[in-house]
Amino acid sequence: MAELVKVEEVADSMFTMIKDTMGQKKWKATDLTKAVLELYGDRCDKTLAKSAIRELIESGKCVYTYFGGSFIEIPHKEGAEN
Amino acid sequence: MAEKERKTPKLDELEKGAWPSFVKEIKSAAGKNPMANDLLGQLERSYEEKIGHWKHGGIVGVLGYGGGVIGRYSDLPEEFPNVSHFHTMRINQPAGWFYTSDVLRKLCDIWEKHGSGLTNMHGSTGDMIFLGTRTDELEPIFSELTKLGFDLGGSGSDVRTPSCCCGKARCEWACYDTMALTYFLTMHYQDELHRPAFPYKWKFKMSGCPNDCVASVARADMSIIGTWRDDIQIDKSAVTEYAGKGMNIQRDVVGNCPAKCMEWDGTELKIDNKACVKCMHCINAMPKALSPGNDRGACILIGSKAPIVEGALLSSVLVPFIKLEPPYTELIDLIDRIHEVWSENGKNRERVGEFIQRVGMGNFLEAIEVEPVPEMVAHPRENPYVFYEEFFEDESEEQEESEEEK
Ligand code: HEM
Ligand code: HEM
Ligand code: SF4
Ligand code: SF4
Repeated sequence: MAELVKVEEVADSMFTMIKDTMGQKKWKATDLTKAVLELYGDRCDKTLAKSAIRELIESGKCVYTYFGGSFIEIPHKEGAEN
Repeated sequence: MAEKERKTPKLDELEKGAWPSFVKEIKSAAGKNPMANDLLGQLERSYEEKIGHWKHGGIVGVLGYGGGVIGRYSDLPEEFPNVSHFHTMRINQPAGWFYTSDVLRKLCDIWEKHGSGLTNMHGSTGDMIFLGTRTDELEPIFSELTKLGFDLGGSGSDVRTPSCCCGKARCEWACYDTMALTYFLTMHYQDELHRPAFPYKWKFKMSGCPNDCVASVARADMSIIGTWRDDIQIDKSAVTEYAGKGMNIQRDVVGNCPAKCMEWDGTELKIDNKACVKCMHCINAMPKALSPGNDRGACILIGSKAPIVEGALLSSVLVPFIKLEPPYTELIDLIDRIHEVWSENGKNRERVGEFIQRVGMGNFLEAIEVEPVPEMVAHPRENPYVFYEEFFEDESEEQEESEEEK
């Protein structure tokens, strides 16, 4: 079995995907998971992807948002807030 | 009164009558809390104009969690500055909603200090609902709550706060320990509860018997309802006592049995248990004489939801009978397989019940590795269209063979 990539690297890749598509695409946890599984093939698995999402959120680089469903986004000022 | 007294003629109408009034409660809170006072003002305005003045927020929360806070802002912040932010917090309730009065006081103290002081005990999700606070108060509230041993509940596309009937704590009908299972699921699915990773929400509701006091059949993606598979227990002398006191057993018990499986000859009550559908009617009617059997467990149903994106659905049977005892391995395996299949293939905002309708029950069962059984019919006259592959394959093989002959 191939050696797994590091959590930080997966988290960074996820962050780049979110950043590069800001305003065009909203990412759900499953979308990010599918994307990194595709990117890294057998060097990544679902548990690793889950840890990477946790890393993104707990470092404060990303936040969960709710617009109908739950998404993962880069923090920004809320439109509804005055 | 500390705050200026507002004229609220429209809201005042809702104080009339013999029932509890939320207007009365908000007014009483408005005496000491400016948020509650501005809430009265904004609400009266909405009643006059017939327009809602709340805006949805999608970002507010506490660090690390994707659920538990529902963002709300006023669109009239100049007129009602104290409700310019009015976020709701869901607080995970103890199983069965049991509290000490001491802890209730402490919860209210936290909320009066950091929020509007208004609560909804409990919301239809099962959580304690704390109504109305500001973004910068969220972390301080969360920290005080966790010190007291409480946690936020679910919101968004996650496992929502599991909730249950009081079960074995107070009810002799409970066919399994609903509170124990609720606690277990809450702890086991902490990650799924706080870190939304599903297509949409997922609700567990646990009822100890088919009376279904938490209405799980209508409100949970997975409804876990207690039942039994042996015979209803009959205390003959208690039956005689009911008859002696004038109960019309023929009309009110036997006559209302939906399965028509009871007989009363004036002295003896007989039940054809094979035909009984466990509706609880007879047991509810004669609680001293009848009770559920001894071989108790639960029926697992799947798929109910209220109308949001699509119409309402009721749960339908997935596992007709399962023994529910710690460590609940069989149940957890089943839930994990469902979550896996639904997460992988569900569309955004598609509840599991809608997902099953879209892909078909037969395909869903195959994906989660559950054998179809006759009890899975969702409602009378429905054909679930389950294809039994072993017969199906034989036919296609024959066809292939005949094609080869050509
Ligand atoms: C003695 C003869 C028959 C008996 C006892 C009988 C009995 C039944 C019963 C019990 C049902 C189900 C009704 C329900 O669920 O509400 C049914 C439905 C049906 N029967 Fe018959 N049937 C008989 C003759 C026939 C014949 C001769 C035909 C056609 C030529 C037929 C065609 C159908 C159809 C199409 C349905 C479905 C109706 C629907 O889905 O609304 N039946 N029958
Ligand atoms: C193109 C021809 C036909 C079509 C499109 C058709 C369609 C249907 C449909 C949609 C149902 C309801 C299924 C369900 O609710 O589960 C049904 C039931 C039924 N059909 Fe047909 N049908 C056709 C021909 C026939 C014929 C020729 C007969 C009998 C000679 C027949 C007898 C029945 C019976 C007895 C039922 C009730 C089955 C049950 O309740 O389980 N059908 N049909
Ligand atoms: S659902 Fe059944 S076991 Fe639970 S409280 Fe109601 S009657 Fe009792
Ligand atoms: S539980 Fe319902 S179906 Fe069963 S015997 Fe009693 S009344 Fe009839």
